Amino acid sequence: MAEESPILAVEGVSLRFGGVRALTDVSFTVRPGEIFSIIGPNGAGKTSMVNCVSGRYRPTEGVVRFGGQDITRLGPNRRAGLGIGRTFQNLALFGHMSVLDNIMVGRHHLLKAGFLRGMLYWIGGAQTEELAHRREVEEIIDFLEIQPVRKAIAGTLPYGLRKRVELARAIALKPRLILLDEPMAGMNLEEKEDMARFITDLNEEWGMTVLMIEHDMGVVMDISHRVMVLDFGRKIAEGSPEAVMAHPEVKRAYLGKDLAEPEPAAA
Amino acid sequence: MDLTLLLQLTLNGLIVGALYGVVAMSFVLIYKASQVVNFAQGEFLLVGAWVCWWFLTEWQLPFYAGFIFTLLFMMLFGLVLQMVVLRPLIGEPVISVIMATIGLGIFFQALMKWIFGVFAKPFPPIFETEQVRVLGLEVQTVYLASLGVSLLIMAGFGWFFKASKHGLAMRATAFDQQVAQSLGVSVPKVFAMSWAISAVVSAVAGVVVGVVNGVSSALSFYGIKVFPAVILGGLDSILGAVLGGVIVGLLENWAHYIDSQWLNWGNMFQIAPFYGLVLILLIKPYGLFGTRNIERV
Repeated sequence: MAEESPILAVEGVSLRFGGVRALTDVSFTVRPGEIFSIIGPNGAGKTSMVNCVSGRYRPTEGVVRFGGQDITRLGPNRRAGLGIGRTFQNLALFGHMSVLDNIMVGRHHLLKAGFLRGMLYWIGGAQTEELAHRREVEEIIDFLEIQPVRKAIAGTLPYGLRKRVELARAIALKPRLILLDEPMAGMNLEEKEDMARFITDLNEEWGMTVLMIEHDMGVVMDISHRVMVLDFGRKIAEGSPEAVMAHPEVKRAYLGKDLAEPEPAAA
Repeated sequence: MDLTLLLQLTLNGLIVGALYGVVAMSFVLIYKASQVVNFAQGEFLLVGAWVCWWFLTEWQLPFYAGFIFTLLFMMLFGLVLQMVVLRPLIGEPVISVIMATIGLGIFFQALMKWIFGVFAKPFPPIFETEQVRVLGLEVQTVYLASLGVSLLIMAGFGWFFKASKHGLAMRATAFDQQVAQSLGVSVPKVFAMSWAISAVVSAVAGVVVGVVNGVSSALSFYGIKVFPAVILGGLDSILGAVLGGVIVGLLENWAHYIDSQWLNWGNMFQIAPFYGLVLILLIKPYGLFGTRNIERV
């Protein structure tokens, strides 16, 4: 494995909605096997950045490369097929479906048997296929500890569990890169700890590269390998969690101007 | 009181109602998948029936072959219609899309008259015996076959949505298109597929009705009958569409019975379902099985 070739490379991406500049010339790379976090104040363009990677937005300028391939023009479903999974900031489960069905949708592009082979369920190989998929899905369910609710209707579950089911659905895609948009928003301490453990396990044991947006600084600093800071659509810092925390620009973005810093002398 | 007539009409109502249910289902399918209210649903029946008639009379094909060719044709028809007319309208206001489907309806109505003429034309006989006796009642063989076909289609729909990859993708798309895309589902494909399936299923109903009554532009009236059925059941419920269809079929035939026995007003047959529709909307504005807060047409 060439450790230097990045799995995701974002090069000079700008995104404009009419006169609003959501992102301005942002570049970064994510290396295979790392947990890369994007932080920044509200409205900094974090979700816009993730949407440019997942394909929901098309950048006005710039290039997004995934595993060396230019994916800037590909639709979201094609990117999912290439191995980019994601979860959403606001829960986006299929509320009327069971947890299992929700996760099975994540297998969509991996399922081969179409309409006709499905009709010949027992002889067309669809059954063996489904069994294999179900086995993997059960593994994911075990991993995220949601066995007790697998048959439940997703919309009836409590918030923390729904977040987990959403993660399970994204994992079911077998992505090489998983985008997590605020995986811990609105969770209590215990749920946050569980989620942090799932993310690190996902990264270490399942070998998934993680690109994450999160507001909880404690978690971000604990589990991320590298952090990028956005402010008003511009990248202001990137590096190890410690380095980023100490960066004066970051302090300014989060806390306002440093009072100790002297005013630049008026000319 | 003529009990045999009542029973006979009830049976007719069930059979015709099942057909309404099938058409209503294909209407709901399009609405659920792509949020398009398809006012050209009746014309799907019409086109399907004429194409089948053409295969059988002009090409002298045996029924099963002509029927299969018709279904293949309708599949392409639905796909092309979605890709050429509806796809560019994605994201346009609902009213524009509705106008487009009304336009399609008028267009195909006129096109069929232009090609095949304005007079009803009978299908060549398909079954050897026109009528069979079931429990002492006269039933058209075609209707009996159509009941079987309707049930088969309904079971097929149930299976499709529950157990097939594409059905699951369709449900996911109906729920949230962006999420479905993020999971690798191609939304344009799902839209095209829903139109193709809808056209095929409607054509089956069109052929059945055509065999019984002959093919004429009256067939597209089924598209209007579908509205009470669909609204009764709830605009976005497949099961509701089936039940709504059956209820409309029964209402029609019972109204006919009451009319012929006592009222003698004539035409109750056609109007009763719409009275039913108004009543249901007063009591349950979202239909029997519909979700709240969906658009009304």
